[in-house]
Amino acid sequence: MAHAHHDHADHGHDDHAHGPDKGIMRWIKTTNHKDLGTLYLFFSFTMFFIGGLMSLVIRAELFHPGLQFVDPELFNQMTTMHALVMIFGGVMPGFVGLANWMVPMMIGCSDLALPRVNNWGFWLLPFAFTMLISTLFLPGGAPAGGWTMYPPLVLQTGDAFPLLIFAVHLMGISSITGAINVVVTILNMRAPGMSLLKMPLFVWTWLITAYLLIAVMPVLAGAVTMLLTDKYFHTSFFSAAGGGDPVMFQHIFWFFGHPEVYIMILPAFGIVSTIIPTFARKTLFGYDSMVYATASIAFLSFIVWAHHMFTVGMPLAAELFFMFATMLIAVPTGVKVCNWMATMWRGSMTFETPMLFAIAFVFLFTIGGFSGVMLALTPVDFQYQDTYFVVAHFHYVLVPGAVFSIIAAVYYWIPKWTGRMYSESAGKWHFWLSAIFINLTFFPQHFAGLAGMQRRVPDYAVQFTDMNVLSTVGAFGFFLAQFIFIFNMLGSCYGWFGRQRNLPDRVWEGAKGFEWIVPSPAPYHTFEDQYPLPDAELSVHHDAKH
Amino acid sequence: MANHAAAPAHSDNPRYFVPAPSAWPFMLTIALVAIVYGFGAFLEERAIPTQPLIIGGFVLAISVIYLWFRGIARESEGGMYSAQVDRTYRWGMSWFIFSEVMFFAAFFGALFYARELSLPWLAGIGAKESTNVFLWPGFENVWPSNGPAALGGSFKTIPAFDVPLVNTIILLTSGVTITMAHHALKEGKRTACILWMWATVALGAGFLFFQAEEYIHAYTELNLTLGSGIYGSTFFMLTGFHGMHVTLGTIMLAVITMRLMKGHFKPDSHFGFEGVAWYWHFVDVVWLGLFIVVYWL
Ligand code: HEM
Ligand SMILES: [Cu+2]
Repeated sequence: MAHAHHDHADHGHDDHAHGPDKGIMRWIKTTNHKDLGTLYLFFSFTMFFIGGLMSLVIRAELFHPGLQFVDPELFNQMTTMHALVMIFGGVMPGFVGLANWMVPMMIGCSDLALPRVNNWGFWLLPFAFTMLISTLFLPGGAPAGGWTMYPPLVLQTGDAFPLLIFAVHLMGISSITGAINVVVTILNMRAPGMSLLKMPLFVWTWLITAYLLIAVMPVLAGAVTMLLTDKYFHTSFFSAAGGGDPVMFQHIFWFFGHPEVYIMILPAFGIVSTIIPTFARKTLFGYDSMVYATASIAFLSFIVWAHHMFTVGMPLAAELFFMFATMLIAVPTGVKVCNWMATMWRGSMTFETPMLFAIAFVFLFTIGGFSGVMLALTPVDFQYQDTYFVVAHFHYVLVPGAVFSIIAAVYYWIPKWTGRMYSESAGKWHFWLSAIFINLTFFPQHFAGLAGMQRRVPDYAVQFTDMNVLSTVGAFGFFLAQFIFIFNMLGSCYGWFGRQRNLPDRVWEGAKGFEWIVPSPAPYHTFEDQYPLPDAELSVHHDAKH
Repeated sequence: MANHAAAPAHSDNPRYFVPAPSAWPFMLTIALVAIVYGFGAFLEERAIPTQPLIIGGFVLAISVIYLWFRGIARESEGGMYSAQVDRTYRWGMSWFIFSEVMFFAAFFGALFYARELSLPWLAGIGAKESTNVFLWPGFENVWPSNGPAALGGSFKTIPAFDVPLVNTIILLTSGVTITMAHHALKEGKRTACILWMWATVALGAGFLFFQAEEYIHAYTELNLTLGSGIYGSTFFMLTGFHGMHVTLGTIMLAVITMRLMKGHFKPDSHFGFEGVAWYWHFVDVVWLGLFIVVYWL
């Protein structure tokens, strides 16, 4: 009986402090993965909010052709900062927060392997982003050369420039320490008997994500360091006059950048692979193939980077190589989509909010995958490069992809974290409004892009007006709809709306795994004494043999 | 030291050691932010007191790092680390070194790109002929190069089979001495271990000395500077970051040696020692790469 194990509340042992500190010091000094997970998530949603406001400035300006609200400089600062804030402040910390909370709970260990380093990794972020966002108020304004930081343009940034570089360095340290923590935890601290191929998929996808992070964040650090020395220390890495090449920056940046986009989607795959079986009441179809697909995506992600650079003037052989390699990625991605569908096939499905978001993920992420394959075709990309079609592509994979998965995960696990159920009807409202408005925002951008509308420009030809009106309406609607979510979740955190702590351990009756055999809310410390996962809780059944 | 061998290698507590809440990481963050904010303002010559920020940041960072590592040493010597914690440090250090490898890879990649792609292209080889014809007529692809605009003026390079060769021998020897120290530690010969370690530290310091000499020589006599086009950029960036790693490694070696003198580490449990040794070997291997592709080829 598993329940016999988990109840630590009553026995006294004093090898380390047991309860949390009080007040603000609890959060500053904490070494507890649950506290840090909470901090990461609050931080992530704060950044989503700030980045969201920036996107509204962009969309307001693009509501009509001509210049109405902001000058072009500020517009470019907004596009640049929006991307940096959303990618490095919203999506990545969101996933790290989920890993903090769930990886130890899913593999049945007491905490992440290096708890103090974990604290460090978190606290770097609020400072890095305060520094970055404060550049909006400096002479010359915030960075405005695009989140991709291409030289020579980015070297024209004003006082903000070194702060941009150092903010990226600090975020890099944060990501690397966080990733090392996750890898080491997974490799070293699994419950007895949990072999690699018995791990929940969220753990698997995070293992591979963390590997990617450790491999490419240092490369980004190197790239921006070269920008810094080019600007202040007379080096000429990215200047042809000295024998360097601005395009070299693009190669190094995208060697980081493409794995980075998978860093933002692999954990999402893990979340969806966790939620769909629960509400389809079937075990995940094709567990092993999911693992192999994830691994092959990670491998391929290192050899496709130049698909971001098809129009830069590469040798023909490179254009061809990167085209075919990119198209190959669609294969393991397709395997995953088929596995999710097969998992739902003839399942006894119910449609609670997390499941709705997970299903929407499968649909809408796939649309982003399709536009990705279109972009992968070199001759075709010559038309699409730097148009709104690209914007539509990556927003489909990032918003109804990565962001929907984070939202789904929060709905799915918040009852476990807080012990209080969220409001299902508010959840449904939130889902439908989000799903409708996000498509209203980004679907028209495909057409605008195919018709030739440039990205990163504050004005456009009148022929694109209709699509942009739709897009702006959608963006405001989506932003507003998120408040339903925020209040719904805060309600569970703080017990608003008369919500009680009255949930069983297994909040969703179809859910399996370590996290569902501890009380809801999960105690401050779980699994300090490790024990094997009961067979019934395995999320995978390998065929026959075992 | 026999009495150390007798003590249990690891704590008997089967529970994983989760440290108590700690303010160190937060303070380290403050320190780093002060440093980079001050440095950023300094680079842009902004009218804020940059020196106090930078110096204060460094003082705070060094104090925190000292306290943090002292804390780890105490926890370790206090037997709080189980075999599982030991494995954590092993994995953690391995992945950290992997991240460092990738950091260097970015700069090695830049060197490769410049020599194999951008310089030939600028010289009109391959598909980029028009670049040469219209933008940089007459430019030829020879290495070393400071580019078609000959940035920084003509310069000389440092021959490989001179001081760099000496430095190679120094670092390789230090790889041997640290291994000797490790064997001595495992056999419980503490004094021998400490002597080998000081030898390693001395070799590290010697390397740094020659490296500094070489830089001075380059700047004052060879006109080879960071501004010497792509050659100067890659040369100083690669050797400079490597030199910073050697500096850090030498400090780490010295710290470990002093801990040995205080009686820390046991013949069968001394990951602090091994971690530093791994790091040192890593620095060594990077140097071999540098010697071959930066100085020699
Ligand atoms: C089947 C899989 C995918 C393929 C074949 C693919 C292909 C591409 C291509 C060829 C481009 C460059 C377009 C251009 O600039 O002309 C691109 C851009 C982009 N993709 Fe994807 N992609 C895929 C999946 C993803 C995923 C999963 C994400 C993130 C979660 C993502 C995020 C992005 C981003 C952010 C950009 C634009 C970066 C920028 O220029 O600012 N893609 N994709
Ligand atoms: Cu890509």
